[in-house]
Amino acid sequence: MKGDPIIRMDRVSKRFGNDTLAVSDMTLTINEGDFISFLGPSGCGKSTALKMIAGLLPVTSGTISIAPAAGKTEQDLGFVFQEPTLMPWATVYDNVFLPLRLAGVTKADARPRVEQALREVGLTKFAQAYPRELSGGMKMRVSIARAMVTRPRILLMDEPFAALDEMTRSKLNNDVVRLAAEQGLTVIFVTHSVFESVYLSTRVVVMAARPGRVADDLVVDVPWPRTEDWRISTEFSAQARRISDSLKGTLDAEHIDH
Amino acid sequence: MQSISIIEPAPDAPVNAAALARERRERVLTWVLPVLALVVAIGGWEWVVRAYQIPHYLIPAPSRIAQTLWTDGPSLMGSAWFTVKLTVYSLGLAIIGGVLLGALFALSRAVEMSLFPFAVILQVTPVVAIAPLILIYVDSTFAALLICAWIVAFFPILSGTVIGLRSADHNLRDLFTLYRATPWQRLRFLLAPSALPSFMAALKVAGGLSLIGAVVAEFVAGAAGKNTGLASRIIESSFRNEIPRMFAALVLVSLLGVVIFLATAWLSRRVLGHWHESEIRREH
Repeated sequence: MKGDPIIRMDRVSKRFGNDTLAVSDMTLTINEGDFISFLGPSGCGKSTALKMIAGLLPVTSGTISIAPAAGKTEQDLGFVFQEPTLMPWATVYDNVFLPLRLAGVTKADARPRVEQALREVGLTKFAQAYPRELSGGMKMRVSIARAMVTRPRILLMDEPFAALDEMTRSKLNNDVVRLAAEQGLTVIFVTHSVFESVYLSTRVVVMAARPGRVADDLVVDVPWPRTEDWRISTEFSAQARRISDSLKGTLDAEHIDH
Repeated sequence: MQSISIIEPAPDAPVNAAALARERRERVLTWVLPVLALVVAIGGWEWVVRAYQIPHYLIPAPSRIAQTLWTDGPSLMGSAWFTVKLTVYSLGLAIIGGVLLGALFALSRAVEMSLFPFAVILQVTPVVAIAPLILIYVDSTFAALLICAWIVAFFPILSGTVIGLRSADHNLRDLFTLYRATPWQRLRFLLAPSALPSFMAALKVAGGLSLIGAVVAEFVAGAAGKNTGLASRIIESSFRNEIPRMFAALVLVSLLGVVIFLATAWLSRRVLGHWHESEIRREH
């Protein structure tokens, strides 16, 4: 149900082999339907936290629990990497088909679902193209379609649009919000852009570095999903300032430490 | 459900007539130039031999070599077939052995650490030095020659496979972990395709090396008699001072090498052409 806790992180820490404490004592509850941004400078452990939630990195201590989805056998979690991370030898269609193929779904059963996922990101015409034939933005769309093809409840995105130009980035931002709203997704979006986090999310978790930890947890209490007009409103500026100040506070504190 | 209808425009295809013409000309030249150069070289050779009346037991003219190929063809064909078999079998075994051992290395670090020194020793010891021993221990000449040629061709395949299997993108590996891929799925859909570019590069090298191995092994073995390869024909002809026949056999060896090269290059383009940088033809 929307609003129920879906992910709980309880005193989660991650220490790497070289003794860096990447994430320290992170406690966080994420509710179904939340669009959360992890915002912070590089080295604050935001990507590490995301990978631990995805189960790609083991936690050193603490627990992460995800509310089980009733009757779902396929992966309930979509992950979008910083790079498109496509298989260059496979067509767009086969790249999107991959999660279903790995789950043992037959080609015939997968077909309508892959086509649906491609339609949602506007790439129907490019199903038979190879990744190298696509622009950066289109590759990212394929990556999103692949994450969405299993119809997950949770979508994790690790600075997905950092390498794209401003125009493409803002288009893709709108697309992701739209997909999330349409399908009632819970999204965790890692970013180091204050503006991106304000525009996209219902809640911004500000993180500080050395050791990586939650510094602030701010609700962006503005109707969601938002429109492009909102980007140029005074309300947007005010929210951005509030979050920017919070982020600056963590950076200053760090500065005094050293 | 409403779909998102933002599609970035596909880059326009170049509709530049001049560029197209240039491209066509270049494509023709890639064939014409090497053929022309070859014709000029052979023609020059023929002319020099005739003009200076160089005796055929020193340097035979190309026409004389062609004539020898025609007359001695039937007797050389059996030997050529022997060399072809030796080369193809050794390459085949090198592929099987290299890929299997490479996969084993990629799966287990411990296996790699234990066995890698053997592979290196096998590689760095010149086959000419090991061949006499192998000939002593192995009864069948063909098997002994096969082992020698295999040793030469095996190592590139092994190292190409190991490097290839390791070169899979780490984010893609994570993706396969996320979707709980079985080890077989991981090998089939991620590791094997990732390994193809370096495997193909290795195959091109090993193809040439297997022929070199087959010829060198036969030289060392000094095998004589009916059931032997082109290398034996070359030695034999040199003893008898039949220089044109030496050249004829040599031409057959080169031809075989060219065919192997073309075959591996074709295969590589076939397998990688639609996605890998090394085989993609640039349009501009």
